[in-house]
Amino acid sequence: MLAHEEQHEPIPAWSLPADSIDRIRLAPEWPERVTREWAIGEATGAGITVCVLDSGVEAGHRLVGSVDEAVSVTVGEDDEPVVAPDEEGDLCGHGTACAGIIRSLAPECRLVSVRVLGAGYTGSGPVLLAGLRYAVEQGFDLVNMSLSTTKSQFAGILHELADSAYFRRTVLVASAHNMPVESYPWRFASVISVGSHEQPDSHAWYYNPAPPVEFFARGVGVDVAWLGGEQIRVTGNSFATPHMTGICALILSKHPELTPFQLKSVLYLTASNVGGER
Amino acid sequence: MNEDRLRAAVAAGVMSSEQDYRALLHSIVEVARAIFAAKASSITLLDEEADELVFEAVSGEGSETLVGRRIPSGTGIMGWTLTTRQPLVIEDVSADPRHSREAAEETGYVPEGLMSVPLLHEERALGVLQVLDRQTPFTLQEMELLGLFANEAAVALDLLQRGRRSAQVLEGSGEDVALVARLAARLDALEGEKRAAALDLLRALEEILT
Repeated sequence: MLAHEEQHEPIPAWSLPADSIDRIRLAPEWPERVTREWAIGEATGAGITVCVLDSGVEAGHRLVGSVDEAVSVTVGEDDEPVVAPDEEGDLCGHGTACAGIIRSLAPECRLVSVRVLGAGYTGSGPVLLAGLRYAVEQGFDLVNMSLSTTKSQFAGILHELADSAYFRRTVLVASAHNMPVESYPWRFASVISVGSHEQPDSHAWYYNPAPPVEFFARGVGVDVAWLGGEQIRVTGNSFATPHMTGICALILSKHPELTPFQLKSVLYLTASNVGGER
Repeated sequence: MNEDRLRAAVAAGVMSSEQDYRALLHSIVEVARAIFAAKASSITLLDEEADELVFEAVSGEGSETLVGRRIPSGTGIMGWTLTTRQPLVIEDVSADPRHSREAAEETGYVPEGLMSVPLLHEERALGVLQVLDRQTPFTLQEMELLGLFANEAAVALDLLQRGRRSAQVLEGSGEDVALVARLAARLDALEGEKRAAALDLLRALEEILT
């Protein structure tokens, strides 16, 4: 039976024949030592699209600048999620804060807001999934997710979405939980999970050799953009995440060919407790 | 007669009263306020049917007026905390004019800073615990303390919800179910010889009924 099938259906080429090594030749030569200068020196985030999956973004805030696209995800009449242009802006302030942090690190990146807040609590699970699916389908370079769900019924679909993003070169950067609970998607190995450190340095990041939290970025006492053009001081892993996202945008703008795996490797090699100069 | 309803009735009979739960929640917000040397602390519970957050316990500023007040579950800082299940600390919230206005309209009190943390029990987000105008400087250790404290509050909230559900079953039932609940409550309160005698009587009744 097997032999018969093999004759008619070609086996997927998940292998590397000897004459195909050129097919996977990598574009750039990596330096002998990957330094911060090589990784992000002179980088601005130009050419990179960053999606803020959050409460919406207040476009035009002096710390945010322009928002290239804004959509909202809500639950429609038949309980199906609906993606539509966002007319409301930010319903909390949090998304604006994240966008401002990303902008401060990667001033020339493109910002896209996907608002998943506002459907009320009951719609929040399906809306979160639909928002993430939209972001992955759009092929954004980076998705900043300062949110999570504790519902195990969504864990499987979130896991598939996270893996799908990873293989399509959409990097998900997700907040680890400050609390001892099971939540997703930050626990998945295909995302970059971020917790807070207490240093007042936006360019300091640390690799954590004891996962599931993989990196620590600035998350305590951060001055951020807020509603109405204002600025406030905040704390939480949800603000460490956009720091990591901004740093990723810098690396990718300078090295757009990097896969999520390579990006993580560069983050590791240049972390403040590994080879970073800080 | 549905066996589950009888069980719920017995449970409601021996479980603590609504007043006891309120006292527990109130003590939680009082302790939260004391730990963080804060001006106020509140617990809001999610009303899933209305998709709104309801103030269940408040300590300090607003304690006399806020309990029972309802706010949307999907907007603002509380809504964000509930739907994203992530804690959030704001050092100076008064700079946010929209929040200040909303807070002033809804609660009559505008805090300068706040800590907002989701109350998570098993897979559910039950509500939000907030600590307003903390006097101590914020550290990550405090964040962890707040998380541990929120877990305790979540267990209390879960008990409160279970108690209310049992009480609802009781209210919606006939006199027979209420009678079983009353008997369970009275038996539970008895001690020593009286309890032993009551149990003997019940066993005899059980034998007659089988």
